[in-house]
Amino acid sequence: MKARALRTALVRLLLAGGAFLSAMPFLWMLTTALKPESALYQPPLLFPTHFEWTNFIRAWQAAPFPRFFLNSAVMTVGIVLAQTLFSAMAGYALARMRFAGRNLLFFGVLGTMMIPFPVTLIPSFLVVNALGWIDTYNALIIPRAVSAFAIFLFRQFFLSLPRELEEAALMDGAGRLTIFFRIVLPLSTPVIAASAIFSFLFAWNDFLWPLIVTNSPDMRTVQVGLAMFQGQYGVFWTLLSAAATIVTLPAILAFLAAQRQFIAGITNTGLKE
Amino acid sequence: MVNGVRLQKTPSKASWWRRTLGEWPAVLFFLLPTVAVLGTFNLYPALYSLYLSLFEWNGLSPAREFVGLANYARLLASGEFWNSLRVTLLYAGGVTLLALALGLGVAVLLNQPILGQSVYRVLYFLPVITPTVASGVVWKYLFDPTQGVVNRGLLAVGLEGPSWLSDPSWALAAVVVVGVWKRVGFNMVVYLAALQGIPRAYYEAAQLDGAGPWQQFRHITLPLLAPTTFFLIVTALIDAFQVFDLVYVMTSGGPLSSTDVLGYYLYRQAFRYSELGFASAVAYVMFALIFVVTVVQFRLSRGGGQGEG
Repeated sequence: MKARALRTALVRLLLAGGAFLSAMPFLWMLTTALKPESALYQPPLLFPTHFEWTNFIRAWQAAPFPRFFLNSAVMTVGIVLAQTLFSAMAGYALARMRFAGRNLLFFGVLGTMMIPFPVTLIPSFLVVNALGWIDTYNALIIPRAVSAFAIFLFRQFFLSLPRELEEAALMDGAGRLTIFFRIVLPLSTPVIAASAIFSFLFAWNDFLWPLIVTNSPDMRTVQVGLAMFQGQYGVFWTLLSAAATIVTLPAILAFLAAQRQFIAGITNTGLKE
Repeated sequence: MVNGVRLQKTPSKASWWRRTLGEWPAVLFFLLPTVAVLGTFNLYPALYSLYLSLFEWNGLSPAREFVGLANYARLLASGEFWNSLRVTLLYAGGVTLLALALGLGVAVLLNQPILGQSVYRVLYFLPVITPTVASGVVWKYLFDPTQGVVNRGLLAVGLEGPSWLSDPSWALAAVVVVGVWKRVGFNMVVYLAALQGIPRAYYEAAQLDGAGPWQQFRHITLPLLAPTTFFLIVTALIDAFQVFDLVYVMTSGGPLSSTDVLGYYLYRQAFRYSELGFASAVAYVMFALIFVVTVVQFRLSRGGGQGEG
């Protein structure tokens, strides 16, 4: 009995220690963001004795963060909407419609997931450049308007739906569009939520693509803006931490809101591999 | 009566369309966005960068010179490239193995009735969804030689830490730490789901045979997790081979190229020096690296006969 209690205590200690290490950077970021510049030399992890909320305002104003936020918001909303709608449509066609080359197309879509991003980077940039899309929302959204991973999620989900509802509607002469939008999509909220949270985090956190297709400060996204901000304010740790907090917050909130769908999405695809 | 007429007409018209075209109009409509976007921004670029890698081109001048395999030859003769390859492999190997071991450890500890399990899960998972740029910024501060929490902690136990990101022999290790920190939660979640799929009866039977916790772990848990482990190794390697953001933010490839991973090397060649042909060759070397890992995965997961799906 005693050994068992000891074991439980040890397990708790290890878990708590690990969780502390995992969360420590967040804690550190937050406390630094709230400290006055002069308190930086205090011992680490000490909570600020007085809260310097103005760091957030100063960081917000030191660079065009409102504009970065607007750009990231437009890009993220655009990518989430486009990926969800287009991937659902493609997933539906691949799951339900019969046409020549369906399997080939499905494996083609899966195959694009194996192409590493750096391989497509240069030609994609050239395409966007040739279209005159540098420094536009088109460049930020359209090349990522479809997600092969989301198509896969939707297809698997549609395959698991009973066919009867759709068949009855087909008999009544309803077209595919009506069936898809009126019957299938309303039944698909779980997979829509999973796909949307993946798209959201992908878009909000994305860095390399926005970095190369935007030049003007007016078109930078929050991540690119933060990286540039860091270049200018290299050692102003309070301001940098405040900016990093602002940029991280939407990602954390979105994750917390849709945690269950997100984790289910990972474990389902992970285990079915 | 008007209704009756329309009812008769519509189905016959619809069936005429259906007979001649089948589902093709609908199929085209549903798949057009996907084919257009994946075709233009995935498939075509993948092929086009192979083609570009045979040219010398700065991206601006209308003339591009066909050089055959010269870019690849130049690559293989370049010390910078071999350094990048070595750094990338070290980074990928380090992150993959450390995050695998830690992820498994946390998952095993969490796979029992424990107070606050869901809170732990969130705390371990948060780094996964944190933007890489913000992570890099914060860790840069943590690794600051004098003000950073890492060296202050070391000092508290009487050790003097190196100057991490500005020390060529420590910078890569510091970036690996951040990579691991961002990966453990993902591995943990996938392992945890796999652990929960192992029937309790196996362990009960082993206990009856007198197997201790370590033996149970060694002979039941580990073998049954093998397919999961394999999946996690492959996905982690593929991710890590492409690392860019962290290096861009934390070290810019330095000091003395000690963190100059392939992703960053490619970026510099393409977007700083406008060597688009040469950079495309670098991209194809990355592709080859990832392709090898993927093929090995297919081979082994078939050969192993795990019957996964």
